[in-house]
Amino acid sequence: MIDAILNAAPAWALSHAAPLLIMVPLFLAPLLALVPTGRIAWIISIAATGISFLFALILLGLVQTSPIGVVSYEVGRWPVPLGIELRVDALNAMILLIVTTIGLLSSIFSWPTVVAEIPKQKRALFYSAFLVCFAGLNGVAITGDAFNLFVFLEISSISTYVLVALGSGRDRRALPAAFNYLIMGTIGASFYIIGIGFLYAATGTLNMHDISTHLPELAGHRSVQAGFAFILVGLGLKAAMWPLHQWLPNAYSYSPSFVTMFLSATATKVALYALIRFLFTVFRPDYGFEISAFSAILMPLGIAAMVVCSFQAVFQTDVRRILAYSSVAQVGYMILGVSIGTTAGLSAGLFHLVNHAMMKGALFMAVAGVVLTYQGTTIRDFAGLGRSAPWTMTAFAIAALSLIGVPLTAGFQSKLQLGFALFDQGLWWAVGLVVFSSFLAVIYMGRVLEAVFFQPPVNPRKARKEAPILLLIPLWVLALANLYFGIAADFPLGLARDAAAAAFGVEAFR
Amino acid sequence: MPTMLAGLNPGWVLILAGIASLFITLRSARQVVTIAAPLLALLLLIFAPQNTDLVTTQVLGLKMVLYRVDALNFIFSLAFLIAAVLNGIYALHSNDRIQDGAALFYAGAAVAATLAGDLMTLFVFWELTAISSVFLILRAQTREAYFAAMRYLGVQVLSGVLLLNGLAYVLKSRGNLSLEAFTDLSDPGVLFIFIAFGIKAAFPLLHNWLQDAYPKATVVGSVVLSVYTTKLAVYALARMFPGQDHLIWIGATMTVFPVFFAVIENDLRRVLSYSINNQVGFMVCGVGVGTPLAINGVAAHAFADIFFKGLLMMSMGAVLYRTGTVKASQLGGLHRSMPWTTVFCIIGAMSISAFPLFSAFVTKSMIISEVATAGYAVIFLMLMFASAGVLEHSGIKIPYYAFFGHDSGLRVKEAPFNMLLAMGIAAGLCIFLGLPALFPGFGHEWLYGLLPYREEAMGYSHHHLFSFEHILTQFQLLVLAIFAFVLLKRIHAYPPEKRGVILDTDWIYRKVGYNLVTWAGTVWGKAGPAMTAAFFRVTGRAYNWIEAAFSPRGELARGGALNGAMAIWTAALLGVVLLLSFMAVG
Repeated sequence: MIDAILNAAPAWALSHAAPLLIMVPLFLAPLLALVPTGRIAWIISIAATGISFLFALILLGLVQTSPIGVVSYEVGRWPVPLGIELRVDALNAMILLIVTTIGLLSSIFSWPTVVAEIPKQKRALFYSAFLVCFAGLNGVAITGDAFNLFVFLEISSISTYVLVALGSGRDRRALPAAFNYLIMGTIGASFYIIGIGFLYAATGTLNMHDISTHLPELAGHRSVQAGFAFILVGLGLKAAMWPLHQWLPNAYSYSPSFVTMFLSATATKVALYALIRFLFTVFRPDYGFEISAFSAILMPLGIAAMVVCSFQAVFQTDVRRILAYSSVAQVGYMILGVSIGTTAGLSAGLFHLVNHAMMKGALFMAVAGVVLTYQGTTIRDFAGLGRSAPWTMTAFAIAALSLIGVPLTAGFQSKLQLGFALFDQGLWWAVGLVVFSSFLAVIYMGRVLEAVFFQPPVNPRKARKEAPILLLIPLWVLALANLYFGIAADFPLGLARDAAAAAFGVEAFR
Repeated sequence: MPTMLAGLNPGWVLILAGIASLFITLRSARQVVTIAAPLLALLLLIFAPQNTDLVTTQVLGLKMVLYRVDALNFIFSLAFLIAAVLNGIYALHSNDRIQDGAALFYAGAAVAATLAGDLMTLFVFWELTAISSVFLILRAQTREAYFAAMRYLGVQVLSGVLLLNGLAYVLKSRGNLSLEAFTDLSDPGVLFIFIAFGIKAAFPLLHNWLQDAYPKATVVGSVVLSVYTTKLAVYALARMFPGQDHLIWIGATMTVFPVFFAVIENDLRRVLSYSINNQVGFMVCGVGVGTPLAINGVAAHAFADIFFKGLLMMSMGAVLYRTGTVKASQLGGLHRSMPWTTVFCIIGAMSISAFPLFSAFVTKSMIISEVATAGYAVIFLMLMFASAGVLEHSGIKIPYYAFFGHDSGLRVKEAPFNMLLAMGIAAGLCIFLGLPALFPGFGHEWLYGLLPYREEAMGYSHHHLFSFEHILTQFQLLVLAIFAFVLLKRIHAYPPEKRGVILDTDWIYRKVGYNLVTWAGTVWGKAGPAMTAAFFRVTGRAYNWIEAAFSPRGELARGGALNGAMAIWTAALLGVVLLLSFMAVG
């Protein structure tokens, strides 16, 4: 498919794919603010995300066919390292593909939920903020410039605060959640920029590739170490690394359903990507401070996340909060994979990142459908929905099984890879904890599934009412992807392996 | 023969036919299947090329030979298949899908197990015989039969598990699972396999399942059961443990001890079950001797036994079918109303007692003469005693109490025609196998020609079989045994036909074991709640602790949305990372 797109694409699309990917949504965003009705804004946002999706496919094709595996673009023809460079390799090509795919699917399904949850006069503005956020996330993933990354991070974050706050129409608690998120997000971004400042002071450059070439001469330099610490904590906060995750559950549970779905599948992933980018290509995993950070910080925190937050998820009564805590736990798996410090571990972490985007996307989409038709998100509200909304709930169940890691689902494949990577390093106890955490996932998802399929409806008047078809289609696309990639995992696993190889700067697996 | 047909395992034909007949509701169609499938399988077996691996497969790196015919398993599977035809005829009067299907499946599994070319395949079908045969007992649909079937299934599955366990050991030590005979019993894996075979062959003390289950099966079921399981075990022993010395003593014990139980037993089908034990004892003993002639004797005796024991079981089944009981105390004088059954039963009785011109005479003698030649004096005497005992309990007791003796006053119809036909064919075989070779290849020589060691068998046939002293010895034995019976009967010393329960060694597990379980249940009933309470106290505390930490109202979620906790966490983490980074480079 990618070959066909490469062949069909005009020359300008091939040569300018990288900037167009972010520029199209970024420039359409202010336009949307002027559009009179939400419906038009919705269609434009589908078009914008769809175009970005095509460019993401083109970029992936270009990276895969490129002899060095890197597509570099000098913005405004300013030469690197002076100008801003957009630099795509297998690692961020994969992230871009995830973000744009989820962006496209979520904007397709968004309309019914937006109608239900956003006041009429704010809908066009809402889509405008969404496109800004979308462009910002893609920008973080695509840029090769450390400061530019900060800019895009702030673009996406600020629009996210707005999006979360718009949930106040349904639940007033969205406002404090957004404010809390704003404070914490700003702390994270500030830490990051402080870290970049240290690195700039030491190396005199902001281009990430350029920084990485300078760093080996600066071994033992205090600024570099301080920069590393700030960047790790700042990006860790953005990626909801335990215990810096506390902004996340509230933000996810009170924001509009559509925002929750979009953010859960993309925002933390992009921040995690940035962290991986710094850990593996800017800094190197063989630096002394990084080795100790892997074993003393990332691995314990990853494991703590997957155990503690799974426990917390067990006790929640609100399905969206269960999923939110589960998200932090899943980030724990990814960080655990990253912290092994081998290509196998990194590829396992990235593989889980891809799969988690699919399963959490599907889960939150199904929840959005329930919010839309039954106006409730507690487990009690879900009781008996297996009978009244079988299509929505079957997709929910598939994604839930994938989240648990049942064989023949995508979640199983990535946990398997993670287990292999851990065993390779003799970390069998960590494998045990992964299994234990999966067992907790059985409990917290089991509670929901039990209510859905085995309890009588709380409100018998709830007739047979499915989510709208506009929602069911992207939902089932994701649910079936969970099954398909659970059986034939070659494509996402290949992506993850290439990405890990690119991060390590070694030849791709294939 | 076309290669495609050559690869068709006769056992599988029966298994498939068995599965099919479970779903055929039309009675006449099912009757055709139950007769035609064994006949087809017979043809396939007879024309199958010998000593080549006909069907092989590779499972988990293990080569499995699914179908291989050679001289030893040919004669066993031939007997199994002929018996399957007879059983099919015998069952024609009944209309029971499950019984028909289970009987065919069971026979097929036994045939497939004998035709297996490696131990793993043998194991698979070994288990299938256990599972399929239990339905033949269950179909009796009595409470007793249900419990007996469960005990039976437990023992049979235990045998399978032991076999699998042994296979795992053997695979590790020997590296393959070929059918090469074992010599060393001290290897634990070999011992496991030996015991597994021993359970199915009903070795002494491992025998109780047989007398427990067989008499409680359906009319057709006990006929079918009497054919396969024990003979399959004999085949397996002859294949894997020929010349294993322990088997001689085990076999001799097996021939002797059932005599006592059989003589005093009241249930005539149970008498026959003991008689199975006794006959299998001769075969096991022959396997233990292990010379070519002894193995010949084992194969021939198994062949003959399948028909005369089947014939006796059939006649008792016919009696049970017509009168509703096989208790010696309630029967007698049936020769008036069931003359044909009486004749066939007497033929079976004379065959099992090894009268000259009947089948056991030409088969058992091979084993006994080999025991004598090998110089086992004690064993020889035991076998002679057992032979006399056979005459006593199977040869005289069965027909006498059922058809003669004191008249019970029962006036019933003769057995159905299909039963008579099956019995007639079996009786014909019993006589045919015992006949001298009027021309080469006739009578017993037909059977001898099928044996694994043909030359030895023919030599025996020419020089010893119908020699004067052999016939004389046999007649002495028989006449003395009959005299003893008559004498004992006269002075009223022969155990009269009385109702009662005979305690075999299985009371150990059926009574003591049951009481032990009951006792354990009582103890558990007392100790259980206390332990449960303790368990719930511990888990309850753990749960409370976890909930206090993790729940939405718990420690980790304290404070609500806006407090400085997370900012402090962030700063603390930054501090730790900074410290680590500085220390790492130093």
